[in-house]
Amino acid sequence: MANRPQIPTKSSALIAVIADEDTVTGFLLAGVGNVDLRRKTNYLIVDSKTTVKAIEDAFKEFTAREDIAIVLISQYVANMIRFLVDSYNKPIPAILEIPSKDHPYDPAHDSVLSRVKYLFSAESVASDRR
Amino acid sequence: MSGQSQRLNVVPTVTMLGVMKARLVGATRGHALLKKKSDALTVQFRQILKKIVSAKESMGDIMKTSSFALTEAKYVAGENIKHIVLENVQTANLKVRSRQENVAGVKLPKFDYFTEGETRNDLTGLARGGQQVQHCRAAYVKAIEVLVELASLQTSFLTLDEAIKTTNRRVNALENVVKPRLENTISYIKGELDELEREDFFRLKKIQGYKKKEIERQVAAAKRFAEENFAENISLQRGISVHSARNLLTTSVEKDEDIIFSHLVFFVCLFFFFLGVALVSLD
Repeated sequence: MANRPQIPTKSSALIAVIADEDTVTGFLLAGVGNVDLRRKTNYLIVDSKTTVKAIEDAFKEFTAREDIAIVLISQYVANMIRFLVDSYNKPIPAILEIPSKDHPYDPAHDSVLSRVKYLFSAESVASDRR
Repeated sequence: MSGQSQRLNVVPTVTMLGVMKARLVGATRGHALLKKKSDALTVQFRQILKKIVSAKESMGDIMKTSSFALTEAKYVAGENIKHIVLENVQTANLKVRSRQENVAGVKLPKFDYFTEGETRNDLTGLARGGQQVQHCRAAYVKAIEVLVELASLQTSFLTLDEAIKTTNRRVNALENVVKPRLENTISYIKGELDELEREDFFRLKKIQGYKKKEIERQVAAAKRFAEENFAENISLQRGISVHSARNLLTTSVEKDEDIIFSHLVFFVCLFFFFLGVALVSLD
């Protein structure tokens, strides 16, 4: 089990958000926002002017940070950097694709959910056969 | 795989056989344990699968309600509320705590969210729409609750998936590689030991036969000796028996021949001697 990534147990960790302005505003209102001493935020507002490069950098930064446990990412944003999201395979921080207001949620695009669905249907078929 | 690689390269001895048997027992036990672990993980995995599907479905609804609440708040409090919110960010008061849960030796992360400190957005929307803003806040906190649960489920799902794969790989390796190899080694050692035993047995048989022959020969010789002894005793007691007389006769004949030959030699010597004497006297 040497190659299994260690799960850090910390008393507190942050939730990072990469989403459109409204979603981010909502989550900030709930109180997840954090700005550290170097004016670094734990959220990224994606609008029409945000480049894919900026999203990629933010994603990489959030997944590399020690104090972030969950990264919430809007599904349409995740679709822009799909290759990065799919190649990410660490348990912590957990990547969670959330639906956004202007883009309907498509379960087929969610990398985890598609796997879950696949396994689930395979298992239910198998259990039906039994 | 060829037959050679199917067994370990060992010296076929009784000690090695013991070692191999102990290893086979260990492998069997490990296999049974790993199988149990795999079953336990699979049970957990299925539960998580069901939970993930239901949580993902509820997530859609929750997000819809919370965005709707935000829209309400925006409508009441004005569009500039988001700028107030965005400017007001300092430190997070809603955080997550991660802890570990142990399922059959696999550590699964679990997230809990908690709030610390006071909420700073209390005064947001003080001018108008404060009610809606607080309502929106509550909706988003609820959304966070579901999302955090979903995140921990999803993380557990990935971790468990990996762990199940590893365990199954080990189970299969033990079942299909390690155990057959040990069994082959044991049967090989047993075969070799049997062969040695047969060789030994054959050798012992051979020696036994040889010894038997030897003993028989000795017994026969002893018997003959005893018979002769007996006959001699009897002849000594009776004087000369017919048998020993004949023996005596044959020996005497042999002796006579000797005597005749030696007499001949003696006479020839004597003749030469007299001849010599006669020659000397003639001179």
